[in-house]
Amino acid sequence: MNITLKVWRQKNAQDKGGFKTYPVANVSPDMSFLEMFDVLNEQLLAKGEDPVHFDHDCREGICGMCSMYINGKPHGPKDAVTTCQLHMRSFKDGDSITVEPWRAKAFPVVKDLVTDRSAFDRIIQSGGYISINTGGVPDANEIPIPKKIADQAMDAATCIGCGACVAACKNASAMLFVSAKVSQLAMLPQGQVERKTRAERMVAQMDEEGFGACTNTGACSAECPKEISLENIARLNREFYGAKLKSENV
Amino acid sequence: MKLDSKIPEGPLAEKWTKHKFNVKLVNPANKRKYDIIVVGSGLAGASAAASFGELGYNVKCFCFQDSPRRAHSIAAQGGINAAKNYQNDGDSVFRLFYDTIKGGDYRGREGNTYRLAEVSVNIIDQCVAQGVPFAREYGGLLANRSFGGAQVSRTFYAKGQTGQQLLLGAYSALSRQIDSGKVKMYNRTEMLDLVMVDGQARGIVTRNLITGEIESHSAHAVVLATGGYGNVFFLSTNAMGSNCTAAWRAHKKGALFSNPCYTQIHPTCIPVSGDHQSKLTLMSESLRNDGRVWVPKKGIKGLTAKAATEIPEEERDYYLERIYPAFGNLVPRDVASRNAKNVCDEGRGVGSTGLAVFLDFSDAIKRDGKDVVKGKYGNLFDMYKQITGDDPYEAPMMIYPAVHYTMGGLWVDYNLMTTVPGAYAIGEANFSDHGANRLGASALMQGLADGYFIIPYTIGNYLASMPYDKVSTDHEAFKTAEKEVKERLDKLLSINGTKTPDQFHKELGLIMWEYCGMSRNEKGLTLAKEKIKALKKEFWSNVKLVGGNDELNMSLEKANRVADFIELGELMIDDALDRRESCGGHFREESQTEEGEAKRMDDEYAYVAAWAFQGENQEEILHKEELIFENVKLTQRSYK
Amino acid sequence: MSWFTKAMSSNIGKKLIMAFTGLFLILFLVGHVSGNTLLFGTDGGLAFNAYAKFMTTNPAVKILSYITYISILVHVVYSIIVTRTNKTARPVGYEVNAGSTNSSWASRNMGVLGTILLIFLVVHMKGFWYEMHWGEIGTDINGNKDLYGVVAKAYAEWWYVLLYVVSMGFLAFHLSHGFSSAFQTLGLNHKKYTPIIKGVSLGFSILVPAIFAAIPIYMFINS
Repeated sequence: MNITLKVWRQKNAQDKGGFKTYPVANVSPDMSFLEMFDVLNEQLLAKGEDPVHFDHDCREGICGMCSMYINGKPHGPKDAVTTCQLHMRSFKDGDSITVEPWRAKAFPVVKDLVTDRSAFDRIIQSGGYISINTGGVPDANEIPIPKKIADQAMDAATCIGCGACVAACKNASAMLFVSAKVSQLAMLPQGQVERKTRAERMVAQMDEEGFGACTNTGACSAECPKEISLENIARLNREFYGAKLKSENV
Repeated sequence: MKLDSKIPEGPLAEKWTKHKFNVKLVNPANKRKYDIIVVGSGLAGASAAASFGELGYNVKCFCFQDSPRRAHSIAAQGGINAAKNYQNDGDSVFRLFYDTIKGGDYRGREGNTYRLAEVSVNIIDQCVAQGVPFAREYGGLLANRSFGGAQVSRTFYAKGQTGQQLLLGAYSALSRQIDSGKVKMYNRTEMLDLVMVDGQARGIVTRNLITGEIESHSAHAVVLATGGYGNVFFLSTNAMGSNCTAAWRAHKKGALFSNPCYTQIHPTCIPVSGDHQSKLTLMSESLRNDGRVWVPKKGIKGLTAKAATEIPEEERDYYLERIYPAFGNLVPRDVASRNAKNVCDEGRGVGSTGLAVFLDFSDAIKRDGKDVVKGKYGNLFDMYKQITGDDPYEAPMMIYPAVHYTMGGLWVDYNLMTTVPGAYAIGEANFSDHGANRLGASALMQGLADGYFIIPYTIGNYLASMPYDKVSTDHEAFKTAEKEVKERLDKLLSINGTKTPDQFHKELGLIMWEYCGMSRNEKGLTLAKEKIKALKKEFWSNVKLVGGNDELNMSLEKANRVADFIELGELMIDDALDRRESCGGHFREESQTEEGEAKRMDDEYAYVAAWAFQGENQEEILHKEELIFENVKLTQRSYK
Repeated sequence: MSWFTKAMSSNIGKKLIMAFTGLFLILFLVGHVSGNTLLFGTDGGLAFNAYAKFMTTNPAVKILSYITYISILVHVVYSIIVTRTNKTARPVGYEVNAGSTNSSWASRNMGVLGTILLIFLVVHMKGFWYEMHWGEIGTDINGNKDLYGVVAKAYAEWWYVLLYVVSMGFLAFHLSHGFSSAFQTLGLNHKKYTPIIKGVSLGFSILVPAIFAAIPIYMFINS
């Protein structure tokens, strides 16, 4: 296969950046999308040109580091996969593919396709945990949890923090990400103690980072590689209202 | 050098309890006077950093990814072992200990391994309390599955994403400490040297991967939780960024490196599809609970999965069930891998390359129904389909062994301290608990055991005897280390040759896989050593990089890591040459039984090999720590 | 800031205000459309005029109408605030964006639809509401202001009818997202009930604008 790539190049955070076009020849359909970029980068390097920088690590679809906006969609045309699990058999010979970084005020571009997603870390730091120290916890089976609840919590917890939800949302809203963590912990008995404070703090941090408001377009969930459900956003809304009404934080 | 493992005296079951009582403590009010550096944010690093923070130490934690949540522990699929005996099937701490020692082919330390089994039960409690959504039964209690090398069900799991959930648990604990100000997190920062002051580890030199800035960080102790070195082979199930640099630089500063030749080749990975392949993807070992491994009795060239469904039962060879009736498809990883290699060497391999075997779920689907199979393995099947384009519900999977885990690592004593005072190694980065082969679902167990329940105790013993004074990063030792790091980077940038770092890495990987992979022999290893020496020479005269040091520069990062991989690769060869027996993940062709099974030689090789760096381009010197077995009887492993 | 204003100025809080005002306006539409069906009557508008008088003089209805004005105003103001926040959340846009593959057109264009509806509302209120309150209009045989006459006259013009029909199309799209979206914002998403809400939402967003649009067409044909 022969592919033409139109890629966003930006030297650093200050640089204005722009698109550059690269032809990539002899692409195998069995290659992953990132392996195609490896091929391109080896060619660029051999010519003494700066390779296209992009985030990636596990290449198994679980670390959440890869993050390309491919032909207008985060992680490309296939549903429920990350960029690293997207294979070239999803494209046709002669295709032209536009690749951009995630675009959001809260995810500034670092270089080329690499963005800074530390806003997500700060949101988790504001309350995405259960405040227990190591040791001194009850036996694991002393906390029975109905299978259904455990499964639902797992479905929410499966979020990989890649930021595709923010990238896809026309408002660059982080509601799906935040709601996944709030939901996981709100559903489990272990999360009840800090339930209200958690919802209040995480929502406040989310706003402070400059993410937009949710207008329920559903793009986030549709593009989520782990198919996190919109039910979580509704739950976050409930948790937030409940917390604001009932918590004693004035 | 006399290696003192510092294993406490006394009966096996009391060693850890006694040791915990005997270690010196740091007064709660004094803990804030000590600084600890943790390099790496995987299961071991994140759990240690969080626990240190909770205790009151000042912690700096470093990771090269953009967030601590990306560490490669996240990719572990199957589960985590713990001797809870919730299934009432005869499990116990001693049985987990015994299985682990036996699975490791009697090349692990009894004391460490028993302690690992002992604290395994605490890990599950800790993780559940953190909100890790483990799989549950309808009654609301925790579910278990069985894993290779064990005849009890002791593996706890969260779908096929156990590593992810455990890591996110540790990451949440770490995040809480970052929020409280006890841990300062440095993302996209790579450790490039260990700094020694008066013979003690007192800090590290790092490179900020975004700005290229070389920085020094001083502390009272340094904990390396930097994972394994499987990427020496270029193709492995490790993450693209996984590297040996931090451990290797510590080795060069005096930390002995143990058993580098013990590499685990995982039997169930998706086979290589072509030259472009950048990494290999694991299919969880848990699949072997229900999948049956087979090849046709007579080799068929280029047999596809689809065509395989037409092959009648009597023409299939379920070779693991045939050779090992007791354990069947659940033999330990090294055994499963070697047998896959054997049938492929016989010309019975399948797929376009002939380097694959089938893992067939048709019987499980017939027996339990598609929904049950989907419930257990749905995400793995989807992942397989995504990568290969074949549907495992319709036709068997194709699998082949791939490098997965490295049992070797920095030598540590019972306190997890390396031979450099004040420098610790935890998780996959050390060598301590798995002997020559790790059992499935034990890596997660070890990472969290080290981080949550062991090092928080043992580090206090060291710090209690340290002065509170901090060493300034203006100290000469830091300045020298910084200068060396900069010179090395400048050197790499200045070579301007013709071959990219990736090309060197691929060449190294081919040499290692060919001669130091699933089976090894003296002739091949000797040849490989020559090849690696030549490769190293060529690397330092012909590598091509672009860009500068003061920016995000992936070719510089890569070259810097590949240079260390080459050196470690040579040490792996040395170690493999030295160990003329077969044990666990190390199979020497010269040492096998008549049936072709691995043959240990306990009289000569019941030791931990610990290599000491002697200077650039010098041969390393081997030190031996004798392994003493008082509680298990050494036998040839048999899974028949 | 008190806890309440803080809560309401968060992004979720702002959306809650949008949802509440939106839902109130939906209720208003129910009342409005049922009253308007009187225009289908064959009594020369007597019932409609009586209804119009009731709606402009009854004190309870007065209170409701003030709430409606406030709802419209707040809905508009907050939509501007939310839209501005959301625009700043993405200062650099995408070169290629395939929004149609992951979300409905209406959901992505609520602001545009709302703006069009606002313009329509001005025209609409000028035409009837303003006339009813302050305009010079005659009375019917019952002595009520003859709003029916004003309406009939307006709907005799083809372009006026067209304006109404097209605007009701926009209203349909606005409602198709807004109705169910409001429930999601309120936190009401449930495996059992959400499909029902979505069904009702779709039915409502088709039926109500259709009835509204049928009136001018009916009156144009009969004029």
